[in-house]
Amino acid sequence: MKNPFGKRKEPLTDTQLLMTITIGIFVVMYILAMTLLGGGFLHAQQIFDMLNDNASLIIVSCGLTIVMIGGGIDISVGAVTSLVVMSCVLYLNNGGNVFVSILLALGIGLAFGLVQGFLISYLEIQPFIVTLAGMFFARGMTTILSVNPQKVDHAAFAKVRDTQIVIPWLGYTAKNGNLVPARIELGVIVALICVAFIFVLLKYLRLGRNFYAMGGNQTSALMLGINVKRTRFFSYILSGLLSGISGFVFMMHTGAGNATNAAGMEMNAIASSIIGGTLLTGGVGNVIGTFFGTMTLTTIKKIVVSSGLNDPWWQSITTGGMLCFFILLQSVVLGRRSKKKKS
Amino acid sequence: MQEEILLQMKGIDKKFPGVLALNGVDFTLRKGEIHALMGENGAGKSTLIKVLTGVYQKDGGEISLEGQNVSIKSPQDAQNKGISTVYQEITLCPNLTVAENMFIGRENGSWIKRKEREKRADEILGGLGIPARSTQQLGDCSLAVQQMVAIARAVDMNCKVLILDEPTSSLDDKEVNMLFDLMRDLKSKGVGIIFVTHFLEQVYEVSDRITVLRNGELVGEYPVEKLPRVELVSKMMGKDLDELSTLGEHEEKKTIVNDVLYEAEGLSSSEAQPFDFSIRRGEVNGFTGLLGSGRSESVRAIFGADKVNGGTVKIKGEQVKVTKPIDAMKHGIGYLAEDRKRDGIIAELSVRENIILALQVMNGMFKPISRSEQEAFADEYIKVLNIKTASRETPVGSLSGGNQQKVILARWLLTHPDYLILDEPTRGIDVGTKLEIQKLVLKLAEEGVSVTFISSEVEEMLRTCSRLIVMRDRRIVGELKGKDLNQTQVMKTIAGGEA
Repeated sequence: MKNPFGKRKEPLTDTQLLMTITIGIFVVMYILAMTLLGGGFLHAQQIFDMLNDNASLIIVSCGLTIVMIGGGIDISVGAVTSLVVMSCVLYLNNGGNVFVSILLALGIGLAFGLVQGFLISYLEIQPFIVTLAGMFFARGMTTILSVNPQKVDHAAFAKVRDTQIVIPWLGYTAKNGNLVPARIELGVIVALICVAFIFVLLKYLRLGRNFYAMGGNQTSALMLGINVKRTRFFSYILSGLLSGISGFVFMMHTGAGNATNAAGMEMNAIASSIIGGTLLTGGVGNVIGTFFGTMTLTTIKKIVVSSGLNDPWWQSITTGGMLCFFILLQSVVLGRRSKKKKS
Repeated sequence: MQEEILLQMKGIDKKFPGVLALNGVDFTLRKGEIHALMGENGAGKSTLIKVLTGVYQKDGGEISLEGQNVSIKSPQDAQNKGISTVYQEITLCPNLTVAENMFIGRENGSWIKRKEREKRADEILGGLGIPARSTQQLGDCSLAVQQMVAIARAVDMNCKVLILDEPTSSLDDKEVNMLFDLMRDLKSKGVGIIFVTHFLEQVYEVSDRITVLRNGELVGEYPVEKLPRVELVSKMMGKDLDELSTLGEHEEKKTIVNDVLYEAEGLSSSEAQPFDFSIRRGEVNGFTGLLGSGRSESVRAIFGADKVNGGTVKIKGEQVKVTKPIDAMKHGIGYLAEDRKRDGIIAELSVRENIILALQVMNGMFKPISRSEQEAFADEYIKVLNIKTASRETPVGSLSGGNQQKVILARWLLTHPDYLILDEPTRGIDVGTKLEIQKLVLKLAEEGVSVTFISSEVEEMLRTCSRLIVMRDRRIVGELKGKDLNQTQVMKTIAGGEA
């Protein structure tokens, strides 16, 4: 992968092929938006805003990508994120400590990962059912904690929350003549670290390759000597942990807890993974692709809004259309490949 | 050939509830030999392989590897001891690279050493002459190469005993030759290969020895040059040739001269090679051959059960298109599938519901059969076929095998077919019911229904069919009628070749 555009000896693997398509589409779409719509798209801050707003989505999508590569699904991630946000907000408002609140976030995520992973891997219950139950459970818990929105009122946390990386030279001059520097929130850094970490895990670590083997063909993975149950267990633990991190990042972005936080996030995460080239059937996918999947999804939404279609349903409709388009594209591309192989 | 004994299995017993799957079976594999393991359905060869690879635990007997007594606890354990299996369905991951498939699951350490792996994989592949590159995605390789990669993995794991379970079923001739070259190469390196296949030609092409099993018992072990094909077939089927010739003559069947009802020319499907076939009104004919010879695939093509690729079909002299089961049904063809549990009964539904199923499908869903009609039909056939069931509302799953089969027969009889295809209708059912079904077939034929009958038991076919189509290695190799309808002739035709 040192030189992805240079001459390769081998044709791209399915994973690489789908990821390349996603990145290509993202770049083309963004350039089109810049030339046709101009406005915000011409400023670097547009990209940073997209990252700031979606840091937690990127993180849960990474977790979901791992699970989906392994041939599973986890739809509890959004609800767990929401539960983490509410728990941490209440804990901080009751005089908690920021460091402990991070541990709390990780703990809640881990707990969900452990329980769901155990049920799915060792008791062999359908992942969809288990995580659906997890989703309802986490949503219910969030509402029990507080029906009303809760704002964080905590000095130390406010400091962490407001920490931003400011890049003046990437800024732009606003209409009133002031220079608005580019701002990146701390959560984005966390998200990028997660992406990098999962990328290394999936590409260079034995556990990561075992996820692919398991998703490619479970029986084969077993015959090849992989401990499939344990591997699957780990995939859900990772997804849970990332939901925990996502919750904390979400709180850093919004600074408040609300029972409806991160509603529908699991579906956006699934969409990001699929657009990023992860196959629902397992064995194919990559977090870099997922990252661009999230960005593509967000860009589409921004384009819709910039085009003056402000009603929320337009975003849903375009997301739906986009998803169909990508799934169709994937099946056409992979179908052509397998045909070529046979001839 | 070296004579050093590599693997010895002695007096292996394996019991399953109600069945003795292996009864004191001996098997010996020497270093550097290719040893074919042969047997028909239920002979116990796959059970024996599973005992050897640790999938099943033996109930008695001893296994020794290179003179040491061993007990094999799991497939993993078998691999560690140097016993590797390559299955017909490739047990590798198509989404990973060739190198990964060769090394995954058998390395320690958290980090993978990609470069090192790829170098090593290329060395092994090169050494064995396998046309694959380590960095290729496995799914991009042909099935034959994928199989060879699986073998390469086994070889690199220091396998001493290599089990190839039906490795050639999905390969074409060229690929089979590539695989054979690899097998001979491994043999010269001292690996003992157990070759499980149902292709006679291939057995004689590469094997050094043949062990034949039948009904869970050892028939014998023979050097390949001392076992002519006809004898191999007769041993697999459990009939001695000498015994056969003295066996009483069957009543000679008249050749039917009615109009041709069904005629196919060059019919082929995704599973079946092109073949010609015809049947006359009121005729009972049959496809015979060893397991895997293509007999079931051929009748499935007639019924349109697999994807039909080509050929012309004439029914009652008119050219028609039969590509789906519903087409066949509309033209009066009924098909009783080989695997009644999977393709036949719907276990949770009652006897009544199972019986009216085909008729309802043919009528279409907007012309429901009234409840009282359904009950009348069910009662009629329960009586006619003597189906032993508590009531017509009993779930079919709780009936005995023979009675389940009768229910499916009733389902087809209710549609008043002109042509009925029965694939192994008597498998796994008691002798009494077998006779009843045979009688029923003959009675139907008298009434003018044409029947194609398939059975693993040649005698049963000789009793019912007036014409036998013989298949070998997926091709029709002969047609027997009149005087030629006897066991000796059937076996000679199945065996074919010079022997």
